[in-house]
Amino acid sequence: MIVMTKDTMQIVREQDVVPFRNRVREFAAKIGMSLVNQTKLITAASELVRNMLKYASGGKVILEIISKSAQTGVRLTFVDEGPGISDIKQAMQDGFSTGRSLGLGLPGAKRLVNEFDIQSTPGTGTTVTIIHWKHGR
Amino acid sequence: MNITANLLQKQKKRILEIWMQNQLADSALRDDLMTNDELLKQSEELIDALARAVKSGNIDNIFAAEFDQITEILSDVSITRARQGFSPRETGMYVLSLKRAISTVMEDEYKDQPEVLYKEITTINNLLDQLSIITFETFIKSREEVILRQTDEISEISTPVIRVWEGILALPIIGTLDSARTQVVMENLLQEIVNTGSNIAILDISGVPAVDSLVAQHLIKTVSATRLMGAECIISGIRAEIAQTIVHLGIDLSNIKTKASLASALQLAFSMSSVEVRKINKNTGAGLIR
Repeated sequence: MIVMTKDTMQIVREQDVVPFRNRVREFAAKIGMSLVNQTKLITAASELVRNMLKYASGGKVILEIISKSAQTGVRLTFVDEGPGISDIKQAMQDGFSTGRSLGLGLPGAKRLVNEFDIQSTPGTGTTVTIIHWKHGR
Repeated sequence: MNITANLLQKQKKRILEIWMQNQLADSALRDDLMTNDELLKQSEELIDALARAVKSGNIDNIFAAEFDQITEILSDVSITRARQGFSPRETGMYVLSLKRAISTVMEDEYKDQPEVLYKEITTINNLLDQLSIITFETFIKSREEVILRQTDEISEISTPVIRVWEGILALPIIGTLDSARTQVVMENLLQEIVNTGSNIAILDISGVPAVDSLVAQHLIKTVSATRLMGAECIISGIRAEIAQTIVHLGIDLSNIKTKASLASALQLAFSMSSVEVRKINKNTGAGLIR
């Protein structure tokens, strides 16, 4: 896997969400992603970044354009140092929320992108990595 | 440090003179924004306050009580300058040019004692550097206040409720729908429903760039609140890519009436309130039939 473009953004306030989404859009448009795929990626990114703000009061996101066996895509890594998730399986269920929201953020984001990975240690933080390929479904 | 304190008091006139010269010599001085007399008064006050503060012996902690007066003067200077339209460079130069003035006077005074000169200049430099940071902080803060005020104004003006027909309201939402925005939208909409006695409201989200679960939740809340008021709510402007995203996210909007465009939402609203819109028949001249 080759990383072609890399950028890091700090997310600390709700006002950071819009510029971040625009940056993701830029990355997706750069590799020629279709509008539907762009919207899917941006929405997933928006869900994850909101989670980060709500539960970990912010963190950072690494944006990358990656290339692997003739495919190009955007990889986003969300890193926070929040309380962590004790039961990932439960958090990935539709409708489960500890914050009185719809409980669709994590499972929804997983359905929206091609590759989804979540690592969390309670007390240390959470890292979510998503990849969406240019010709993703 | 008392050396500096004494020097500041003794040489106040000279420092002030050199400082004023420095400020006036700066080609970027905005005498259009501020008179020289004002500048002189401001500068004199600051040197007085500085001399008093340094005399107290505290030169490291600018947050101590001795420095209250200085920080107050500096904040005042930056805030007024930010409002008057000075650039950050001009505001920063104000304190930094004082540093140059004091250094010049010290150089003359301690020509024969390089060690004392070095020590005193270093301490006064550190102090004034910290003070110049204060001017920057307050300058940026007052600019940020302006931005915050504008944000509030934008959210106010960008949520108009339009009466498109008797009993039908339309509310075009433009921009991101966050919690604060939803509150404004909901309040405006519910108030307008009361004022006009409307029973159908169309929420148009063509101008919302991304619909994630939070935005959807806000929309659902708005629709529920409208229903509690006895009005029906139609959401229009759902673009193809947004429809697909909503499905993948797993958001259930099935018990909300949704339409792709405002036109079709209006049509639905017409049929719900038994209004028919027809083309004019030129021969009879009849227009809209209700």
